Amino acid sequence: MAEEIIRLVNIAKEFHGVQVLDHINLQIFRNEFVTLLGPSGCGKTTTLRIIGGFESPSSGDLLFEGERINEVPSFKRRVNTVFQNYALFPHLNVFENIAFGLRISKLNNKQIARKVTEALELVNLRGYEKRGIHSLSGGQQQRVAIARAVVNEPEVLLLDEPLAALDLKLRKEMQIELKNIQKRLGITFIFVTHDQEEALTMSDTIVVMKDGRIQQIGQPIDIYNEPKNMFVADFIGASTILPGRFIQDFHVFFADRAFDCVDKGFAPQEEVDVVIRPEDVKLVAPEDGMLQGVVTSVVFKGVHYEMLVESGDIVWKVHSTLMEPVGSNVGMVILPNDIHVMKKVAS
Amino acid sequence: MRFLKKSYLGLIFLFLYAPILILIIFSFNASKSRGAWGGFTLDWYRQLFQDDALLTSLYNTIVIAIVASIVATLLGTIAAIGIYRMKGFRKSFMINLTYLPILNPDIVTAISFMLLLIYLKIPRGMLSLLLAHITFCLPFVIISVLPKLRQLDPQIYDAALDLGATPKRAYFSVILPQILPGIFAGFLLAFTMSIDDFVISYFTTGNGVSNLSISIYSMARRGINPKINAVLTILFVGILALMFFINRRVNTNSSKKERGNV
Ligand SMILES: Nc1ncnc2c1ncn2[C@@H]1O[C@H](COP(=O)(O)OP(=O)(O)OP(=O)(O)O)[C@@H](O)[C@H]1O
Ligand SMILES: [Mg+2]
Repeated sequence: MAEEIIRLVNIAKEFHGVQVLDHINLQIFRNEFVTLLGPSGCGKTTTLRIIGGFESPSSGDLLFEGERINEVPSFKRRVNTVFQNYALFPHLNVFENIAFGLRISKLNNKQIARKVTEALELVNLRGYEKRGIHSLSGGQQQRVAIARAVVNEPEVLLLDEPLAALDLKLRKEMQIELKNIQKRLGITFIFVTHDQEEALTMSDTIVVMKDGRIQQIGQPIDIYNEPKNMFVADFIGASTILPGRFIQDFHVFFADRAFDCVDKGFAPQEEVDVVIRPEDVKLVAPEDGMLQGVVTSVVFKGVHYEMLVESGDIVWKVHSTLMEPVGSNVGMVILPNDIHVMKKVAS
Repeated sequence: MRFLKKSYLGLIFLFLYAPILILIIFSFNASKSRGAWGGFTLDWYRQLFQDDALLTSLYNTIVIAIVASIVATLLGTIAAIGIYRMKGFRKSFMINLTYLPILNPDIVTAISFMLLLIYLKIPRGMLSLLLAHITFCLPFVIISVLPKLRQLDPQIYDAALDLGATPKRAYFSVILPQILPGIFAGFLLAFTMSIDDFVISYFTTGNGVSNLSISIYSMARRGINPKINAVLTILFVGILALMFFINRRVNTNSSKKERGNV
């Protein structure tokens, strides 16, 4: 398909003997919106800093358009970064912040003025040229940081949790705006977040990380529907995850009974994890259900109701547009297609 | 009680400034007596400007203060950046090493300097005096610059590199403007320390080269001459002018910042 722009080959990183990145392999394509997703401390920033040239890997190769760039200093890489706390220059105004990279590449004043104006237009900040950095709101500073990076026309833009400091509403707006900017400029974005919803809505490809290892790489749909292991399933969505036992191909035992499923290839009697998404549990009359339970809580979530159904010693999370009152007896049906059997991982 | 409350600050300033006021008044005293007022005169100033030895030592003091504080500011700033980039034990060791000369009594520093100069066979005079002043000013610059560096957002340096600046350019165009107030404060501290110094100067100079404090000390042994009052008044007024100049600068800078476009 698309043309490769960056590749990480067996990249490892240690800080004082502690392994922070454990042999990362990752291929990134031109114009792709890639998101590194994972909990705090899993090595997202470190990965980004290695690509940006602020940290060198302990071992492994970093390739840019097929060429090894491990030793190329950051100021020579065709990559720009939007830092976690923006890192704007406080002694310079908005115009000079954005012009910083252009002045280094020795453009004349007219070219600089034109490019800065274009960049400000891109982030909806025309007229802010003369403003000091400290007089801007968080969202405005964030846009200046984006403008300062994209004005240099990098081939790859690295963004380290750029939206983390914004409130929910502004965050949603900026998500859309960022996505538009990426499409308009046609450049590669490598985006870091620990917010799974943000990752799912914005990305072409999601890289789920944990403890310095890549857990799964895939399109949002695939990661959501086919999580590779329990960690990914748990991190990506609020699924119900149950311990189970594989009986034979297409049959699995959990919640005190056998179910039909679409999975195969596990050993008979193998201990497995079973993941079921809340929207895949259908509520029916008690006598029609595969399982019976009692509703213990109901929360309205805007579009659907989130209900907790207690059945034996298992609490099921159920999403439905129809509400069952607390205390009512219900039956539950789970179709074979909606049962995800996964290898048990030592966590 | 209320009177005391109101006059408290006044009393403090009276105690602080009364000696200087007396000094200034007596520099215009026609009587050579140190206690009585004998009418107004500019004689002492006239005499002062004919006293080549005293003028030379005033000149030495100022030249040494300027040269020593400039050199110490340059070296000290570079040293502070070096310490800032160190890590762990080495860093805290270097910081303590910086503080030690400040806490060390002047007399210890002075005698050690003298011994070192003798040991290295460096002739004592202008050069040795200058070297000594640069050395004892150095720590004051470092401790003024270091806090400014610590306040920096470390990502700012990375951001400059990210935008294509070489490390050298990143330091000059991003780090330096932000630690400038610290550098300036260090320079002033070094300057006043140098003007102030008697003990170290006394033991590190020689060959008839003396600064103001040494000259006054040797004159005072023969009794205080009102010429001394005159030269000290000039020095005080000079420092006062310097302070006004700095205050004006700082004020215009900060009001610029408040308007939001530095
Ligand atoms: N300079 C450093 N020296 C020592 N340890 C470091 C350094 N930088 C990062 N680490 C460690 O490496 C691990 C990964 O850090 P990293 O900043 O990459 O995590 P992250 O995924 O970006 O987390 P967050 O979501 O909190 O930003 C952490 O355990 C961190 O303590
Ligand atoms: Mg991080």
